Amino acid sequence: MAKKKTFVEDIERTLYDIRNEDHSAYKSESGLTPDIIRDISRRKHDPAWMTEFRLKALDTYNHIGLPTWGPDISELDMDKIVTYVQPDAKMTGNWKDVPEDIKDTFDRLGIPEAEKTSLGGVGAQYDSEVVYHSIQEDMVKQGVIYTDMETAIREHEDLVKEYFMKLVPPKDHKFAALHGAVWSGGSFVYVPAGVHVKMPLQSYFRLNAAGAGQFEHTLIIVEPGASLHFIEGCSAPKYNVTNLHAGCVELYVKEGARLRYSTIENWSRNMMNLNTKRALVEKDGIIEWVSGSFGSHVSCLYPCSILHGENARCEFTGVTFASKGQDLDTGASVICAAPHTSANINTRTISKAGGKATYRSAVKVTKNAPYAKCSVNCESLMLDSASRSDTLPVMDIEGDAAEVGHEAKIGRISDEAIFYLTSRGIDEDEARAMIVRGFVEPIAKELPLEYAVEMNNLVNIELEGTMG
Amino acid sequence: MAEHLLDIRGLHAGVEGKEILKGLSLTVGKGEVHVILGPNGSGKSTLMNVIMGHPKYEVTAGSIAFEGEDITALKTFERARKGLFLSFQTPEEIPGISVENMIRTAKQAVSGERVKLVPFRRKLKEMMAELKIKPEYADRYLNVGFSGGEKKRNEILQLLMLDPKLALLDETDSGLDVDAVQIVSEGVAKFHNEGNSCLIITHNTRILEKLTVDRVHVLMNGTIVEEGGAELIDDINRRGFTHILGEGGEA
Repeated sequence: MAKKKTFVEDIERTLYDIRNEDHSAYKSESGLTPDIIRDISRRKHDPAWMTEFRLKALDTYNHIGLPTWGPDISELDMDKIVTYVQPDAKMTGNWKDVPEDIKDTFDRLGIPEAEKTSLGGVGAQYDSEVVYHSIQEDMVKQGVIYTDMETAIREHEDLVKEYFMKLVPPKDHKFAALHGAVWSGGSFVYVPAGVHVKMPLQSYFRLNAAGAGQFEHTLIIVEPGASLHFIEGCSAPKYNVTNLHAGCVELYVKEGARLRYSTIENWSRNMMNLNTKRALVEKDGIIEWVSGSFGSHVSCLYPCSILHGENARCEFTGVTFASKGQDLDTGASVICAAPHTSANINTRTISKAGGKATYRSAVKVTKNAPYAKCSVNCESLMLDSASRSDTLPVMDIEGDAAEVGHEAKIGRISDEAIFYLTSRGIDEDEARAMIVRGFVEPIAKELPLEYAVEMNNLVNIELEGTMG
Repeated sequence: MAEHLLDIRGLHAGVEGKEILKGLSLTVGKGEVHVILGPNGSGKSTLMNVIMGHPKYEVTAGSIAFEGEDITALKTFERARKGLFLSFQTPEEIPGISVENMIRTAKQAVSGERVKLVPFRRKLKEMMAELKIKPEYADRYLNVGFSGGEKKRNEILQLLMLDPKLALLDETDSGLDVDAVQIVSEGVAKFHNEGNSCLIITHNTRILEKLTVDRVHVLMNGTIVEEGGAELIDDINRRGFTHILGEGGEA
């Protein structure tokens, strides 16, 4: 039977692929030694405790093996990764003071524009350091802190010391240890009790240097009764050498607080994205994750929510799109550790052109968490027979009276659905596009507006017109 | 003789090498209402799917003409744009696409022009009210979680909104309660006029009460074995299908 092939376009990458010349002020040697770590620490003017922390983390790194599960990351050679690239720019609160090529990059990504219209604050990191940070005046008056991690250490050292890598300790896994040793940049947010941050804050992480790693640390503390929407975007131009992203995100959601953490990850296809994100949610607190994974060569990303207080809640919404040469292993992890905690995980993955998309999740309900409610819904769509999809949901329920539901679907576009739509006069390509758009629709509507457009581009379907 | 709207000649068709339609011929004139009767497995649904161009079925001989033009090789969406419409026996559930979005996209596709939102919405609302479909169903995903009756009414809603020339109704009344059959048959009657024709598969005569049936075809084992006027329906209801074969002395 003759079948028309359709072609789902990849994300338009031109925008992201514009690379700037490497004007970095300083680059560390590639590889990892205590001397390199000391050198980075000195250049970053770390306090002594942080230098110690880094060296200890390096030691941990050297004593932990690679994970024995997940995608193949054997091509990552740490001896070739430059862990610290200092851009030739000082952090500023004025775009005019940002070097032109760097400013142009963020202009193209639409950051200053979004800042004017829809954001309450912006952070922009270029390679290893944050080059721009701003926050609206009235938020500062309410005591909201939004700055880069380096400034946070200088100006709010006690806070940082209390929370930094307490939720994701370096011994957690090899790349957490690596992060602890070489972390640089990232954002620090502190929302005082009862303060509602009305407009989202957005940090954008751009890795420009070839063969480099980005290890930003994001630390957010939302005090009791407060609320915040934080958006994280990331991209990089494509190189022929492997780049590494091993960021770390630690979120503290206190009693009755609410945090929405949206991420759109669009790394280039030479990126190893081995990121760790974790939230600790206290009584009546809510963490909402919105996670879009479109880029990178290999991704391992499973944001974890520890529901530590009674009635704490987690909503996880994720979409992953794996195309040619991509192995994206994404999902979520939830630990219900108190009575009446609840989690709702809802994901869609699409794979095409030989891409591999894996949904992986772990839901644990501890003995101290009676009446926990967990629902997992993961659906995968493979657009052609060369592509792969797996779902690996794990559930471990110890608490009494838990309500746990799980629904997993892996499929292809149904011929009957195509027939139905074409019988109404809609052509085959549009019918397929409608079905794919419909598949991600419940997720797309959760994305921040500017990214929803990107999502639409993603499912623009064009006829290749070949018969066979 | 009036020009045939649909003219099927010597149609042989099947799926995966198994022949289901074995030399079937049938014509439907403009504005006419035709009924196809036949026992289960005789090929009724296959005929509907083949007329609509389902890619699963292969036509091995014969032809289908619509308004004098051979459409045997046309794709499904091309047939729809020429004015064919199939009301499915089991309509597909398609998540993420709203009823309104689908119908508007389809209307644009079949009419070939931009469909203005405001008048479209007004008409959609009106039709939904007539078919006793709750207004919020316009925003619901296509057939997802609809009851059997709601799915069938949604088919008739599309029929009325798209206003094709020929409606193929594949057991649109099956599985419906009395009231729902009433609503659906009123919808079909509303669609039917001197320009619009219907080809109806049914096991139930109630859907026909609001229509004047012009012709009845009895389909058995892939061919039309008997044709006649509306009186044939009563005849078959009384005496069943087997006596036709007996009288014909064949098969």
